[in-house]
Amino acid sequence: MYESLWNFPGGVWSEFDRLRRELDDVFGNGQPSSIRSAAPGTFPAINVGQTPSSVEVYAFAPGIDASKIEVVIDRGVLTISGERPAAQAGTDQRVSVYTRERPTGAFKRALSLPDDVDPTRVQATYRDGVLNVSIARREEAQPKRITVQ
Amino acid sequence: MTDTTRTEVQKTETKAPAERQGAAQASADTRALLPRVDVLEDERGITLLADLPGVPRDQLDIKVDGETLTIEGTVATATPQALQPAYVELRLPRFRRAFTLSRELDAGRIEANLKDGVLNLRIPKLEHAQPRRVTVNVT
Repeated sequence: MYESLWNFPGGVWSEFDRLRRELDDVFGNGQPSSIRSAAPGTFPAINVGQTPSSVEVYAFAPGIDASKIEVVIDRGVLTISGERPAAQAGTDQRVSVYTRERPTGAFKRALSLPDDVDPTRVQATYRDGVLNVSIARREEAQPKRITVQ
Repeated sequence: MTDTTRTEVQKTETKAPAERQGAAQASADTRALLPRVDVLEDERGITLLADLPGVPRDQLDIKVDGETLTIEGTVATATPQALQPAYVELRLPRFRRAFTLSRELDAGRIEANLKDGVLNLRIPKLEHAQPRRVTVNVT
């Protein structure tokens, strides 16, 4: 399994990438990482964005049964968990497996949400293998324009 | 929902043989991530499963050019306007990977199925390439 989707044995840049990654692993970037951080390359990848009215979390988890994904918000921590079953077991024909890069099995990602979100106004949708969890910010926390008289 | 074949066979002249599994492209405009794949072979053909999260059917491009099979997809997940990224693990909205097919594979009969971001490609072997029992005559 490849840690980084960029790196690939034999690629032109692979030597530099590996060096950069090794340096990152040893020195980090100086910033403390979240206590709930996951190793790079953990399945599923997560992107988080913010709008003035919401926090958007995208989990890239293809091939999952949407009804079996668990999305829980508890005391400001959003947890996404589920399971991706291993690919279909071989039929009665003999099957050679050349590569198995796709992660399978149970997964769980957690991240802490900013204080101004409203955990009662959450929407989660799963489309084309991407789970989008949208948490609205509290009304009083949204920026308000004040007009100058 | 099952999607059927989407292969295009393109004839181009100057194609250096592609690497067996393509590395990231050098040009900044078309950099893409390598999707993770599972490749399985049975007696009748090869099954390739690729993780392409966020790629809808109309953003998926599967091409066979001579011996090279290229899978390319663009992530088209709807995002609200004014979205400011805060934490990004998937850094590019594009996946691309290429494979060289060996000659016993029948590239003209590839079947593709895209569901929930998982691409399932079935590449059958040519009829004459399938294993056949040879009877040994004893004289």
